[in-house]
Amino acid sequence: MNSMNQDLVDYILHLADNALVLGHQNSKWCGHGPVLEQDIAITNISLDLVGQARNFYQYAARVINLSDNKIDPVTEDSLAYLRDTREFKNLLLLEQPNGDWAKTILRQFLFTTYQFYLYQQLQNSKDTQLAAIAEKSLKEVTYHLRWSSEWMIRLGDGTEISHHKMLAAIDSLWMYTGELFADSTYEIWAIKNQIAFDLNGLKNNWEEKAKEIFEEATLTFPGKTFMQTGGKEGRHTEHLGFILADLQFMQRAYPGCEW
Amino acid sequence: MNSFFRKFHYGDIPEEKGGDNNNTVHPGAKTDWPLWEIFIRSKQGLDHKHVGSLHATDAQMAIENARDVYTRRMEGVSIWVVESKYIHASNPDEAKSFYEPAEDKVYRYPTFYELPDEVNHM
Amino acid sequence: MPAVESEKIFQDKVDQEIKIEPKDWMPEKYRQNLIRQISQHAHSEIVGMLPEGNWITRAPSLKRKAILLAKVQDEAGHGLYLYSATETLGITREQTIDDLHSGKAKYSSIFNYPTLTWADIGAIGWLVDGAAILNQVMLTRTSYGPYARAMVRICKEESFHQRQGFEILLVLSKGSKEQREMCQDAINRWWWPSLMMFGPQDSESTHSDQSMKWKIKRKNNDELRQNFVDMIAGQIKVLGMSLPDPKLKWNEKNEHYDFGEIDWEEFWNVVKGNGPCNKQRLEARKKAWEEGEWVRQAAAAYAEKRKSRNLTT
Repeated sequence: MNSMNQDLVDYILHLADNALVLGHQNSKWCGHGPVLEQDIAITNISLDLVGQARNFYQYAARVINLSDNKIDPVTEDSLAYLRDTREFKNLLLLEQPNGDWAKTILRQFLFTTYQFYLYQQLQNSKDTQLAAIAEKSLKEVTYHLRWSSEWMIRLGDGTEISHHKMLAAIDSLWMYTGELFADSTYEIWAIKNQIAFDLNGLKNNWEEKAKEIFEEATLTFPGKTFMQTGGKEGRHTEHLGFILADLQFMQRAYPGCEW
Repeated sequence: MNSFFRKFHYGDIPEEKGGDNNNTVHPGAKTDWPLWEIFIRSKQGLDHKHVGSLHATDAQMAIENARDVYTRRMEGVSIWVVESKYIHASNPDEAKSFYEPAEDKVYRYPTFYELPDEVNHM
Repeated sequence: MPAVESEKIFQDKVDQEIKIEPKDWMPEKYRQNLIRQISQHAHSEIVGMLPEGNWITRAPSLKRKAILLAKVQDEAGHGLYLYSATETLGITREQTIDDLHSGKAKYSSIFNYPTLTWADIGAIGWLVDGAAILNQVMLTRTSYGPYARAMVRICKEESFHQRQGFEILLVLSKGSKEQREMCQDAINRWWWPSLMMFGPQDSESTHSDQSMKWKIKRKNNDELRQNFVDMIAGQIKVLGMSLPDPKLKWNEKNEHYDFGEIDWEEFWNVVKGNGPCNKQRLEARKKAWEEGEWVRQAAAAYAEKRKSRNLTT
């Protein structure tokens, strides 16, 4: 009997949803970036993230389809396009609006730093498929980290205007950073089974890196603040609804079609 | 009409027939990023070839942009970037270089691709 | 060397298919012509990102989303190669962008049409990129070195785009009733504008063609347009769709397709700025540029600070 491991599926979907939502958000800059070369850079990052999402969704689909539970077979697309907000497990940080370049860069930096250390950990996962995806994605994420760190510094230590915009961005996004390390039930399960690893260790690495970059960017690292959570459990901000309405429209309007 | 370019072709829509736009563009502060020349040595290549240019504020950015645009993130590729203003080139003597085409010439932009036969498509 | 001798050497080079390179002597009008043509081509690639970029967030599958992202990125890259070629002629990118935003420089009118459905993305790949390819292949043999080389690079990537566009339509043509209708509707809207991409008829020309003499342009409009019609009329049979031209008919004698008359009034109107999306496209580009000013300034300021701190990179 092979009953589906809901925790495993949830964990994979969490990783997938993160990548998809941020990839989708970043893609909105395409054709609207501040300079052509950076338009290309952020679109490239979007593409990497969509690629990661696809790997995770395909894996999740396999796990679901292999189980004996009586559900209709799923695909990467049915997972991405047919779940509603309550089933999405992405971090709240990622569904926040793009705002200006400062906000987009900050969001990217905060998440990429997290992804970097997370994927490093996942390379040692007992789940060999997750380990493989993490290893493959780490190269891209290393590049994303470098790129976003440099932009943090350019904007933080650029002009007075850019510095203020960074401060506004921090003000806006900081309360979503706590969720990165707030364990959900499926993460607890994953850690217990050595599929994922200690979130505290992850947090320490993340903080160290973030502090380093903030300092070089002449930005004050925020102190303790109340943190918003819920995304990992499907309790989202108002933004996700609009994101999914956009993303999922075609599949919902024309159900059951090939594209 | 004294125009050399009566025959319009792809991408060339002469101003006299084009739309009139009375908007003036605010020049703003001139923050043109410097131009960099990009040289790529492919994985199996023996030397760096000039592929084009791009705008960046520093070498780090130039290399990253070059990776995005000129290598499509291929690995094992070597990238050189040089600010355009630092490239010095000889002034080819017109007559000499025309009549002795086999001689090595130093151009500002050394030749890059051999032009292939017409691309077959679909 | 007296100008008349330089001019002779220049024309001899052109006649002998020797490339003109940036440091070579060239007639001022040749240089101006190239600046205009290459930068307009670059602007077209950049503005072209907008109608397609429109559908990235709504792409109907993850695979299509990824492909479209890659395609639009390619287009941005093409714009970059072309701006790079333009800058070898003594003009800065900022100047060319000013010209675009002021309305002085044009871009291909095809991008002034809206993308209304997913099928439009297929139609653009198949028809618009298809038309572009015919022009671009011709341009790989253009006389100016940097432009020719940029075109070689671009051509390699462009045929991939055309195939992807066709594939989108192929899937739709085999799908549900709504999908098939969507496919035909997109073809109906994009067909005539793509024919217009080849410009006015050659018969309109009454003056000598300097561009042909300087080998900036290698084939004339009517010839390219006919090639395009023949190609598409053949390929559309695979889709089981039709072209919105009742006069389209195979001419056994000429071994070409006869086709109907283009609405030249529409053509000139769109060129003049009265197309469905002209204002919208230009506003989007201006907005991106203006709102990006503080970003560019910040990066430049930081680079200056670093230099003056004497840090080694």
